[in-house]
Amino acid sequence: MSAPTITTTRPEHSAPGSALTQRRSRPGELAFRLAMQACLLIAFGVLTALLAWVLVKGWNRLDSRLWTEMPTGLVSRLDTAGVQSALVGTLWIISLVAVICLPIGIFSAIYLEEYADSNRWYNRLLELNIQNLAGVPSIIFGILGLGIIARTLGLGFTVITAAIVLSLLVLPVVIIATREAIRAVPQSIRQASYALGATKWQTVSRQVLPSAVPGIATGSILALSRAIGEAAPLIVLGAVTFITFNPDGLDSRYTALPIQIYTFITRSQAEYAELAAGAIVLLLAIVLAMNSIAIFVRNRFEKRW
Amino acid sequence: MTTSTPSAGSAAGNALRRGRRRPVDSTVKVLLVAAALVSIATTVGIVIALVQPAIGFFQQVSIVEFLTGTSWTPTFAQKAYGVLPLVAATVVVTVIALLIAVPIGLGSAIYLSEYANRRTRKVLKPIIELLAGVPTVVYGFVALFALNPLLQDIWPGGRKPAFQNLLIAGIAMGIMIVPTIASISEDSMSSVPRSLREGAYALASTKMQVSTRVVVPAAISGIVAAVVLGISRAVGETMIVTIAGGLVSDKVTFDPLEGAATMTAFIANVSSGDIPVGSLDYDSVFAVGALLFLITFALNAVSIRMVRRFREVYE
Repeated sequence: MSAPTITTTRPEHSAPGSALTQRRSRPGELAFRLAMQACLLIAFGVLTALLAWVLVKGWNRLDSRLWTEMPTGLVSRLDTAGVQSALVGTLWIISLVAVICLPIGIFSAIYLEEYADSNRWYNRLLELNIQNLAGVPSIIFGILGLGIIARTLGLGFTVITAAIVLSLLVLPVVIIATREAIRAVPQSIRQASYALGATKWQTVSRQVLPSAVPGIATGSILALSRAIGEAAPLIVLGAVTFITFNPDGLDSRYTALPIQIYTFITRSQAEYAELAAGAIVLLLAIVLAMNSIAIFVRNRFEKRW
Repeated sequence: MTTSTPSAGSAAGNALRRGRRRPVDSTVKVLLVAAALVSIATTVGIVIALVQPAIGFFQQVSIVEFLTGTSWTPTFAQKAYGVLPLVAATVVVTVIALLIAVPIGLGSAIYLSEYANRRTRKVLKPIIELLAGVPTVVYGFVALFALNPLLQDIWPGGRKPAFQNLLIAGIAMGIMIVPTIASISEDSMSSVPRSLREGAYALASTKMQVSTRVVVPAAISGIVAAVVLGISRAVGETMIVTIAGGLVSDKVTFDPLEGAATMTAFIANVSSGDIPVGSLDYDSVFAVGALLFLITFALNAVSIRMVRRFREVYE
């Protein structure tokens, strides 16, 4: 068990350490290791327990009523209540977010990575601005939507207002992920393309972007799934009511899954908590499925150059 | 805009283009710049949306009174607009959340980066990232309906926590932030070069010594960035505190067993109710929003600087 053979055969950085500690382990070492392991177990245990609790709590409501029936404000009608209008509202909003946010985000990232001279002050400002926007609380975006989009632009509390606000909210996620994906494409690919006489845009659109698709797809899916789960900006945008019809256009009033869940929670009757749990399971199924696809795409298809 | 100087790394492309420029290429660049300007417009829009009504508010309430007043009673007959009660509630929730999330998140990161074998890490890291995507309204729900009843049951006696209280909101928020802190810290720990660890082992360090005296200090800017990001998320998080934290903050209290409204909870409560547009109460939402924006702006600046430092050192 000599050190050189370990380091050459196993790339794992912790391998030489474990060989050494095996020989001279102390009680403190073991306690530290167990404490770190306990942290991980607690983190996973608590989260899993909470999600399982929600599943059990909402179990009785997990049937077709959830998507075939409308929400209701009347306790007597709760037996035939679901969240159809919220589900349809969420689908409307998220399709619009995809249409609005993805082109803008991907184009911004192409500009920053391929065209912008990062020594210029305005490009550095642009970068800092995007990093800062990524950390602005979502409810502040709600205030932006309320003050500028709903009132000044006169779009009101409609599907399109919600979609624009959520698009702006997740725009930094798309930009940052796309930039990383573009940056990972090696310079030699671009140079080969130029050497064959391609123009800049030909190089970007036919060489760089196709190579960056897995990274861009991952970032885009994560951004959309974040938009699906956001409730805070929509609270400010007047979505907290019982809407018993599906949106029929961009200027329609709406509700969305997370906001419908919040509306159920604010009711004091226990039956609403059960319905809220059912709706949460539906929301989690959508969001976690999207995130799993995103992480799978990244781990499976991302090229290592 | 289309005839800017060649940028670094693309000189070859520009040199070629000069000879055979095509209309598509210049049109595309205009589109790209326009897209990039959307994010600038967003920031400008946020500032205008906050500042305009906030100016109206500060014409009637002095900034000093707003920032130092210890009574916040916009909905009472005797109106007072001192923001400190909201700030105090925000601080209490954030501190509780960090007390939970920092040790557990860091411990998980150390275990994953230094102890777990490659297979465990490959399975657990994506799951942590997956859990970071759970919507916050879900945490609000479990805080109110699962954690709080549990807390009431196991409470050792004396004064019991209220139906909505800052303690339970803080605990739920801590659970929410753990995946974020664990994931980012783990990233920065695994980017610490192997040679540093091997150097320490060569000097007969134990694994714990390597973890705590080499890896953690070497990754400290990434860890600090993760914690600052956690603070920023806790301060700006709305749904958990609105659902489980309480609705009224009339006076300054640091008692976690009481319910109190944080800055975000106040904004959410007032703007979802029907307060007439243009009234002082309505404008107070924007004044609180402006303060919240400034606080998170400062936190983001620290976090961005830290991330840049850790990138510069090892990449």
